[in-house]
This record gives sequence, structure tokens and C-alpha cells, in this order.
Amino acid sequence: MIGLSQVKKAYNQGRANEFWALRGVDLHLERGRVTVFRGPSGSGKTTLLTMVGCLARPSSGRVSLEGRDISALPERFLTEIRRSTFGFVFQSFNLLKGITALENVMVPAYPLGGDHGALKRRALELLDRLHMADKAHSNAEWLSGGEAQRVAIARALVNDPRIVIADEPTANLDSERSAQFLDIVAQLKAEGRTVLMTSHDPLVAEAPVVDRVVSLRDGLIAGGG
Amino acid sequence: MSNWFGRQRALMDFAVSSLARRKGKTLGLLAVYTVVVFVLASAMLFSHALRREAALVLAGTPEVLVQRLVAGRHDLIPASHLQAIRAIRGVKSAEGRLWGYLFDPAAAANYTLMVPADDAPAPGQAVIGSGVAQVREAAIGDIMSFRAHDGQLVSFTIAGIVDPQSALVAADLFLVSETDYRRLFGIAADRFTDIVVTVRNPREVRTVAEKIDAALPDTRIILRDEIKRTYESVFDWREGMVLLLLAGAVLAFFIFAWEKASGLSAEEKREIGILKAVGWETGDVIALKSLEGVLVSLTAFLLGYLAAWLHVFQWGAPLFEPVLKGWSVLYPDFRLAPHVDELQVATLFFFTVFPYTLANVVPIWRAATIDPDQVMR
Amino acid sequence: MLFQPAIIALVLASALSALMLVGCLPFAISVLRRWDLSSGAESQVRLEKRTYLVATLVKVVLAAEAAALVLFVFNADRMASLFTGAMCAVGTLKVDPYGFPALYLKLAVFFLAAFWLVLNHVDNRGWDYPLIRVKYAALIALAPLLLAAGVVQLAYFLGLRADVITSCCSTLFSGGGVTVTSNSVAALPHAWALGLLGASVAGVLASGGAYLLWGRGGVLHALLSLAVLAIGLAAIISTISVYVYELPHHHCPFCILKREYDHLGYALYIPLFLGTALGVGTGIAAAARRHASLQQVGPAIARRLALGSMLCFAAFGGVCAALVWRSHLILFEGAPWH
Ligand SMILES: Nc1ncnc2c1ncn2[C@@H]1O[C@H](COP(=O)(O)OP(=O)(O)O)[C@@H](O)[C@H]1O
Ligand SMILES: [Mg+2]
Repeated sequence: MIGLSQVKKAYNQGRANEFWALRGVDLHLERGRVTVFRGPSGSGKTTLLTMVGCLARPSSGRVSLEGRDISALPERFLTEIRRSTFGFVFQSFNLLKGITALENVMVPAYPLGGDHGALKRRALELLDRLHMADKAHSNAEWLSGGEAQRVAIARALVNDPRIVIADEPTANLDSERSAQFLDIVAQLKAEGRTVLMTSHDPLVAEAPVVDRVVSLRDGLIAGGG
Repeated sequence: MSNWFGRQRALMDFAVSSLARRKGKTLGLLAVYTVVVFVLASAMLFSHALRREAALVLAGTPEVLVQRLVAGRHDLIPASHLQAIRAIRGVKSAEGRLWGYLFDPAAAANYTLMVPADDAPAPGQAVIGSGVAQVREAAIGDIMSFRAHDGQLVSFTIAGIVDPQSALVAADLFLVSETDYRRLFGIAADRFTDIVVTVRNPREVRTVAEKIDAALPDTRIILRDEIKRTYESVFDWREGMVLLLLAGAVLAFFIFAWEKASGLSAEEKREIGILKAVGWETGDVIALKSLEGVLVSLTAFLLGYLAAWLHVFQWGAPLFEPVLKGWSVLYPDFRLAPHVDELQVATLFFFTVFPYTLANVVPIWRAATIDPDQVMR
Repeated sequence: MLFQPAIIALVLASALSALMLVGCLPFAISVLRRWDLSSGAESQVRLEKRTYLVATLVKVVLAAEAAALVLFVFNADRMASLFTGAMCAVGTLKVDPYGFPALYLKLAVFFLAAFWLVLNHVDNRGWDYPLIRVKYAALIALAPLLLAAGVVQLAYFLGLRADVITSCCSTLFSGGGVTVTSNSVAALPHAWALGLLGASVAGVLASGGAYLLWGRGGVLHALLSLAVLAIGLAAIISTISVYVYELPHHHCPFCILKREYDHLGYALYIPLFLGTALGVGTGIAAAARRHASLQQVGPAIARRLALGSMLCFAAFGGVCAALVWRSHLILFEGAPWH
């Protein structure tokens, strides 16, 4: 479903501090599976996720999604694909401060228009599923790490994406919360969603729900590709 | 279509909540913006109201005025000219007028001295404007004295105070009888200040004026239309000058708005990054930020205009009176007639909202094009 | 030059608008030379980001020009009292030779900016931005027009001098006075004007309907929209205005905007101008179908624009008919509507 061929990504291209974070990645990811990217810090895991998740374009090489080449699409269309296909859970959760958890969940759907009432119901349902219904009207900054992550997951799911991307999801959680997170991943997988995660936490890489582990080192695939 | 409305509504709601989340910044911006609108609107409303007052004055002035010029200077006109003018075809009437200015050392003010055409006060009596009454603290029955041209004292009993229908016109009036007028200035009985002419057919005003000019070469003819034109351009000029002076304010505001818009806090940048990462497009962010700008602009414009309206028409424009109205001490608290002019509102909108919008475009764009992958760091 | 707030605002607005567009020119040229979507280089990403700025700026220019157009006419009308013989905007605009050209240029800028935005909207929906070079070439062409509009307007305002009285009587009988309207358009016979107007509105509605039904004739619809604009303006001057004023010889396209006539002019001009912008936009969007990435999107946009323009033209036709209907003036004895 997702294919990368010879994907390279440079930061600060053409300047003195030019840095190649990815140096030719070939990879094929299948639908409905849970994949974990593992590797030391700075190996390019996050960069790889941004390429896959249409957050950025590769400097060279091709990325294809469901058979369509998306590596030459302008940002406008990448965004369109991104918001209908991907849901993101960021490492630092990145909730908007000053608004409630519920609103945070609804935010990704605002530009799409659509019925406000239906959106609100959907968001509440998601929060309920993640056992966050009682915190729906708390401001985001009052939530604990685990709660904030569950709100972030609800937000990632609000546009009903086929692929969920999570960057270092357990980095800020204790082992009990990490296990809860993996349960949620199992649910997502059961719903038929594809899940891509990065992690250097062995707990995650060795979890039973994980189908595949891909190792990265210095911007290249070092194993599992 | 309903999707479009849904989108606008959602963006609008979110814009309101974003503004509310940054109360300090929003209120600060709103305050400065409102003050700028208030100052500009006050200046415009005030000078416009003055212009209307002037038009009111003009409505009462004669269609054609004939003055005598001697060596290029205004001089008294002989009564014989009256006959000559009455003889011209098309002239309905010609009357000599007596008026001038009287300096009152006691109040250090200049009064407009006039002999009214009808209902002139009896000799020894005077009718005064409300401004005069106030500076001299005079009431009906009081006596006011002035030195005539030959040093003799001329006294007047105040017989009445002019009802201030238009304060600007009537405030400094001092109405006296013809006898007293001539005695004060030593003007011979066959001389007038000028002559007012009425014309039978308003369309012939120009032709009649040309005939008078031909018959009496030592005169200058002033048409009401011409005065109106002059007044209007003078007022426009004044308003323009004031605006130009205030352009400094607009420019400062422009810079202020630019700085406010581009000086996004780290928190705001983070927010925009998050929005983009969760699926907002650059265009969506631009729309959101523009909506915020529109909300601030409209609120500030309405508040500022309303405040200016109250300032000028309810409270008598205390801030501008000395600037625009000149020197006279005789114009106390008078109310300008409330009036709102569409052209003026449109102009004001251009002077405030347009610069604000422009100042915002580049910063908004810059903020909106943050790379969405930045929040992954 | 008349030192007037509205004039200062207009000069400022067009100077800033021109400045904005001219500022975009270097970027437009680099798009023409260096645009390459297949490149993932950062310079290409920067170019893409800039397109958002340009589109936003053109939107601001369009909004400013639309507002300036109203202000310009409004102000011309208001200044009439400053010029001997001028009774409304026509007189003021005729005071010097730049008046009407300034107005025409302003109109042209307004329409071309609107067309450009349609082009931009369509192009943005094609994943490979197939019209990007056309778009930026058009922008480069638009800039001189905007400059010209600004310069001519400035020339017009600089040429204006109110007849100020001085102490010299030679200025007293200022000029011969300016006649109001004596335009050849005004001489268009009423029957012709109404007939042409009816026919062109019917035609544009038919072509729009045809496009909605069969997806053909978008360009024809665009051409007919332009025809309705021209005929509509001529008809307003020669006939509709006469019905509004109920004076057989008062042909004025501006007085109908005034409060005395309930601002009726806006009900005529807004749908007419909007309809034209949308109608020509229909043609642009329909023609964009040739590009693979716009094959679906182009016609979809065109249909929406066609519908919009038809609504506008129908409203315009309706308002014209209503004005003729309610007028007490009878220009045609035994005319069916009286
Ligand atoms: N915006 C950026 N500018 C410059 N260098 C960057 C940028 N983003 C990431 N990098 C560099 O790219 C390399 C890979 O980063 P990343 O993909 O975040 O690694 P990981 O997620 O595996 O820790 C790192 O060395 C990092 O310093
Ligand atoms: Mg990382």
C-alpha cells in the first residue's frame, strides 16, 4: 500500500549545514499491519514518517500511496491526502492549549466543513471509546501525559484515517500506560487500520501486536526492510 | 454550498476562540485600532459637520452680491449704484447692506455687526448672539458701550438675544439700527457696505451678473454658487490637511499592526504548526487568520466610529474644536447636527481597514507557510 | 489637485495595489523560468509557498479595486458641486480628458483581477498546477494595466481644479460649463436597447443552461456574458435610467446609484458585474478541461460558476424588467407592459 524507492531527504539543502537525514530508503509497507521503526536517535525515523505521512516531500526518490505517486504533489494535495488518509499522534502530543479536549479532537475536521453537530457527536464517541468522556470538557493543558495521548489518538482518528502514525508514542509514558497504548493499537489493527510507529522502546518493538520491525541507521535501512 | 458555509462557520468559531485565548494581545490591538478609527472618524465627522453648518449659512446669503473695489480693495459702495442696478433687466430687487466687525476690548473678541434688513432694533438698542451674551455675561436690559470712530461713547441696551438655531452663525452677532451703525463708524447716509441683488429667474443669474459688471466697472460681483464652491474646496482642503497630519497616525498604526501580526509568539507558531500537521492546508490557515483580522477590524471600526459619533455630536467634539474652528472665543458649546455620510464612511474604511489588511498579509502568509513537519521535532 | 479625503484614499489604494502587484513580478518571472513540480528541492518548495502570498495579494487587490470603484463613482458624484455646470458624476468625469478613461481602466482591472482569481482557483485544483505558467504570464500582463489605471487616475485628479473665486472678476464667469450626457450610447433607441437586452439575457441564460445540461458551450457562455455586460451598460444609459428618472432626456448611469433613487443602481450593477465575472469564469474553467488533471474538476467548477452567473443575470434582467414595469414613464404607446 505504501512504497518508497530510493527516498532521500536533505535538510538545509545547498547550504553549508546541509544534512542528508535519509540516504536512499527502499521499503514496502502492507495494509492492515503494525510496523515499528527502530533505530538510534538521529537515524531518520521521524523524517521517514514525515515522508510517508505526506507531511513533507522527499528531496529525491518516489513515494507511492495505494499505487499513486505522491512524491511530486504540491502541498495543497498532500494535505488533502493527509487529512483523509493519515492520523498522527505526535511524540509530544501537541494538543492546543486553552481549548477543551473535545475541541482538540474536532479541530482537524474544521476546514472540511460538514455538520458541526455530527462532528461533535463523533468526537465524543471517540473520547468515550478511549475512556476520556469525563475529561472531554477539561482544558488540554490540565490533562496528564496518558490522558493527553488518548486525546491525541482521538484527534488522529476523527477523520477516520486508514493509516495511523505515531512518533515515539511511549517515550513519555510509564510501562502501565505504555501497555494501555499497545492495547489501543491492537484495537486499531482489529478495525483494519494500518499503524506505523517509531520507537526505541523494546517494550513496543517486542509487543505481540507488532507485525514487523524495521531498523534504521544513519538514514538507511539496516534490517527488516 | 452547505459545506462551504459549514467551513466558514467552523473557521469563524475557531477564530473567535483563538482571539479569546490571547486576550491581552487582542485587546491591546483592538484598543489601538479603535483609537485610530476614533481619531480619524472624529476629524472627518467634525469637519463634515462644519461644512454642513457653512452650507446652512450660505443658504441665507444672497444670490448675487455687489461690492465696490477701490485700488483692488473692498470699499463702501455709493447708493447711486443701487439705481443703476435696479435699472438692469432681470433684476428683481437691489438693497444696500450695512455690516462689519466690531472689536470689543472688554471681551477681546470680534463681533459681527449687522443692520438687519427687517426687524432692525430701534436706535440705542441691540440684539446680540448667544456667544456675545456669554462672554459679556450680558442679559436683556443690560447696557453695552463702545467707542465710536470719533471717540464718543455709543451705548446700547440689549433688547434681545438671538436664538441659536445654528450656533456657528449666530453666536457672534451684534445687530444694531442703521443710525447707530452709521454713528459708530461715521459712514455717510449714501454709502453701504455692499449691495445684495435678487434675480427674477435663477437661470439668468450669470447674465445679470455680467450686465452689472459691464454697467459698473468699479465693482466685483460674488455669486452664491461661487462662494459655495470655494467653501467646499476649502473645507475639503482642511479635511485633507487634517487627514494628512493624521497620516502619521495611520502609518504608525500600519507599523504597529505589521509588528503585531509578524511578532507571533512561540505559542501561536506552535498552534499553526499543529493545525497544519493535523490536516489544515496553508489556505485554511490564511483563511483563519484573515477571519481573525476581519473580526478585529470590524469591531474596532464600529467601536471607533460610534465613539467618534458620540464625541462629535453628543459631546461637542472637545478634542478638535480649537484645531478646526479657529480662534474665536465666541463659539461655546454648540451641538453639531448629527449626520452620517456614506462616502465618508467608505473613505474612513479605506484609511483604516485597508492599511491594516495590507500590514497583515505578509505576516499571515509567513505564519501560514510553516512546514507541517516542524511539530514532529 | 483637489486635496480631498476620498481622493487621497483612492490614490493611496491604487498606488498600494500597483505596488503589491509590481512587487510580485520578480516572483512571477522566476515561476515562468524555474517552476518544476517534480523537483523536491527546497527552492521549489519556496516557490510553491509564495504562490499563496500572490493569490492572497491579488484577492486584496480585487477587494480594494471593487471598493475603490464604488468610492470613485461616489466621489465623482459628490464633487459635482465643485464644477460649474456639473450636476452629477458624468460632469465631474468630463471635467478633464482622463476622467472616463480612469473609470474604464478601473473597471478593466476589476474584471481582470476577478478572471485571474478564477484561473487561479481552477489551477489550484489540478494536482500538477497545469496552468501555472499561463497564470503568472497573465499576472505579468495585469501589472502594467494596474499601473496604468493608477497613473491615469492620478492624472485625472491632478487635473481637477475647483473654480475658486479670487478677488479678480475674470474668474467669475468660469468656463462655459460642462454639459451632462451627450453620448452616442444614450442615443440608442429604446426599443432596440430593450430588445437587445432581453435577447442577450435570454441568450446567456440559455447558454448557461446548455452548459449545465450537456457540459458544452462554456466559452460561448463567457462571450455572451461579455455581450450582456456591454449591452446591459448601453441599455442602462439609454433606456433603463430614463425609466428610473422618469425624465425622457436624462441618461445617466450614475445618478441611479444615489439615495434619491433608492440606490437602485447597485441592484443593477452588482448582479451585472458579478454575473459577467462568473460567466467569463465559466469559460475559463470549462476551457481548462483540456488538461488531464482538470478534466473532472474544470467542468465541475464551470458548472458552479455557470449557475452563479445565470442567477446573477436573471436577477439583473428581473431588476431591469421591474424598473421598466413600475415606471410612470411611457416610452412606447400601447406597449404590452403598460
Ligand atoms: N529541520 C531540520 N533541520 C536540520 N536537520 C534536521 C532537521 N530535522 C531533522 N534533522 C536532522 O536529521 C536527522 C534525523 O532526524 P530524525 O528523523 O528526527 O531522527 P530520529 O527521529 O530517528 O531521531 C537528525 O540528525 C536531525 O538532527
Ligand atoms: Mg524522532
